[in-house]
Amino acid sequence: MSLWVDKYRPRTLDDLHYHPDLSQRLKSLAATGDFPHMLFYGPSGAGKKTRIACTLRQLFGTGAEKIKIDQRVFMTPSKRKLDVNIVQSNYHIEITPSDVGIYDRVVIQEILKEIAQTQQVDLNAKQRFKVVIINEADSLTRDAQAALRRTMEKYMSNMRLILCANSTSKLIAPIKSRCLLMRVAAPDDEEMLAVLEHVAKKEKFHLPEEAATGIINDAQGNLRKALLVLEALKMQSPDLTSNITIAKPDWETYCSKVADMIVREQSPDKVLEVRAKLYELLAHCIPPTTILKTIAYCVAEKSDEAIRADIMHWAAIYEVRMRIGSKKIFHLEAWVVKVMSLTKHHYHGISLSDDE
Amino acid sequence: MFLKPQQKQSKEAAKHAIDPALQPWVEKYRPKTIDDVSSQEHTVTVLRKALTSTNLPHMLFYGPPGSGKTSTILALSRQLFGPENFRTRVLELNASDERGISIVREKIKNFARQTPRAAENDPNYPCPPYKIIILDEADSMTQDAQGALRRIMETYARITRFCLVCNYVTRIIEPLASRCSKFRFKPLDIESTRSRLNHIATEEKIDVTPEVIDTLIAVSDGDLRRAITYLQSAARLSNAGDLKVAITPREIQETAGVVPTATVRAFAASLGIDSEDPTDEMDVDEDDTAKVRATFRKAQQQRGFDDIKSQVKLIMRKGYSVAQLLYQLHDLVVQDSLITERQKSNIALILGQADKSLTDGGDEELQLLEVALKISQAMKDIS
Repeated sequence: MSLWVDKYRPRTLDDLHYHPDLSQRLKSLAATGDFPHMLFYGPSGAGKKTRIACTLRQLFGTGAEKIKIDQRVFMTPSKRKLDVNIVQSNYHIEITPSDVGIYDRVVIQEILKEIAQTQQVDLNAKQRFKVVIINEADSLTRDAQAALRRTMEKYMSNMRLILCANSTSKLIAPIKSRCLLMRVAAPDDEEMLAVLEHVAKKEKFHLPEEAATGIINDAQGNLRKALLVLEALKMQSPDLTSNITIAKPDWETYCSKVADMIVREQSPDKVLEVRAKLYELLAHCIPPTTILKTIAYCVAEKSDEAIRADIMHWAAIYEVRMRIGSKKIFHLEAWVVKVMSLTKHHYHGISLSDDE
Repeated sequence: MFLKPQQKQSKEAAKHAIDPALQPWVEKYRPKTIDDVSSQEHTVTVLRKALTSTNLPHMLFYGPPGSGKTSTILALSRQLFGPENFRTRVLELNASDERGISIVREKIKNFARQTPRAAENDPNYPCPPYKIIILDEADSMTQDAQGALRRIMETYARITRFCLVCNYVTRIIEPLASRCSKFRFKPLDIESTRSRLNHIATEEKIDVTPEVIDTLIAVSDGDLRRAITYLQSAARLSNAGDLKVAITPREIQETAGVVPTATVRAFAASLGIDSEDPTDEMDVDEDDTAKVRATFRKAQQQRGFDDIKSQVKLIMRKGYSVAQLLYQLHDLVVQDSLITERQKSNIALILGQADKSLTDGGDEELQLLEVALKISQAMKDIS
């Protein structure tokens, strides 16, 4: 019994529900012998992985679906051992190099060299090359990206790369220019509705309109989330009547509670309380950027129009500092204090002197 | 058209060698002789003399990417030595090869001190009695490695010539730069880019309209390599499979990862930058534009925090790259005649800060929101 997300994941390019022209392109590319390196980018839950899997199937047939998971150990030059999980079939190999942090370069070089040196032995194979899929390519370090550069050209004869990223901003230009860019936009509301209804039909139940719109609004273009929510709702109330509420994840309600505290009272005591909550959130492995973003949006919503822009401005600044710095909590707290002082000054009618 | 026959062929023939049809066009159409090099007249004249006089100084080529630096030196060495001797006489190293100080001390030094073997007399090639070491992307060499080169360059100058190729001449240490005669490569002008692209298009037998070429030139910024790569990707897409469609300017933009002009313009409009709609707009993304326009028109009247926020969310959902969007926004702002000088400089400041933040790894959505809010503030301030 698998989740609906997996159960109804399209398997072939023809089954894909939206972006028909993209599927068409992928199909015709897979048909020619001239398959380029590719870079799929788009927001999460838009269907990048699904498209990659479909393309693989189109390229190699059903053999590409027989996957096994391997654990490999790599050695860094400083004799440190890295454990990496690798998903592979006879025709492709899938890695998430950003798992190993700054050592991603070692993993990439080892794996690519290994793949490039082995020829396809299966004579029945449809293609002579193997495919290497690199997930989260945008969190690769500069070093690793630079290492990819030459390898991509050199081993073109028996290897193709498929990169999968959320955005191209963090990829260096030489990589972008060597790949065929494939933008996978999030589905719009009608397209999402179509998919939800398709799933409902397959599961043989009727999807009321209110429930559908509720789910779509909540998911913000993230189809995976939409399907998960749909399944959860179906579990809760099998008839999906109109008075259902979409439960927010715990951390989101928690964040909005923190936002409430910030807006309601600005004092050193409150800062202490907020800090406790922030620690709690961090301890539950919520990414600090997500915490900051969610709280900032909540605070902005609850504050006066006049200071909203400022709140976001400081959120943007402290978010960058958080990336550069090493201790996340400092910057989260600094932002909280900043916002508190902004709010306080605003209500007392004192304009802040420009301290930038 | 040209891809179809090769499809069958590739299964049989490709086992032996790389099918020329599968070669990147950038490699395939690299200039064979220095006279083929586009729009670098000055350099070519000087180098032609070197060909006849068989005397060559150390050289330093610098200029923006895709202006033909590597092509020029490769073509020159090929013309000097011919295909037979090319392997033994030329050493090419680029940034992805390991190039620390140890390599300079061993590999480069060893190669530099070998006395070149006398070549069989081939009347077609002068084959002068020296070797060439090409250091591609020399600006990414460490200071130490560059320092180690200094003496090597002088000691073996009789039998070895160096050619340093780089983007930023300031990253080459002064002692090295002063040992070389410098050649500056200009970004390609529009005319030579156009003729080159047209040449490739005819060779590959693909139909391209002048508009497509114009778009290619616009998105590639004088970088011929990028223009050719995009052309190849677009040709691949339109030619692949059974159906054959003409290449459209929109397709070029999509392969280049460029945000459609209409979207950028609409986004700018929602921030208060009202650029008049030019009639020569060529990349109308039919289904999107009308919808996007309508929502933006509405937003234009209010421009509150919530509107801007929803605009930003919309853009993020479309999956465009924020860095690219900022770049295009900048172009739009600079060219707009209705914005005052002061506003322009303010906006430039905002964009600059955001770009830095993005490079530092900042969150795209937050940065875009920040830029949007700031710009709309800047536009309100004076107007």
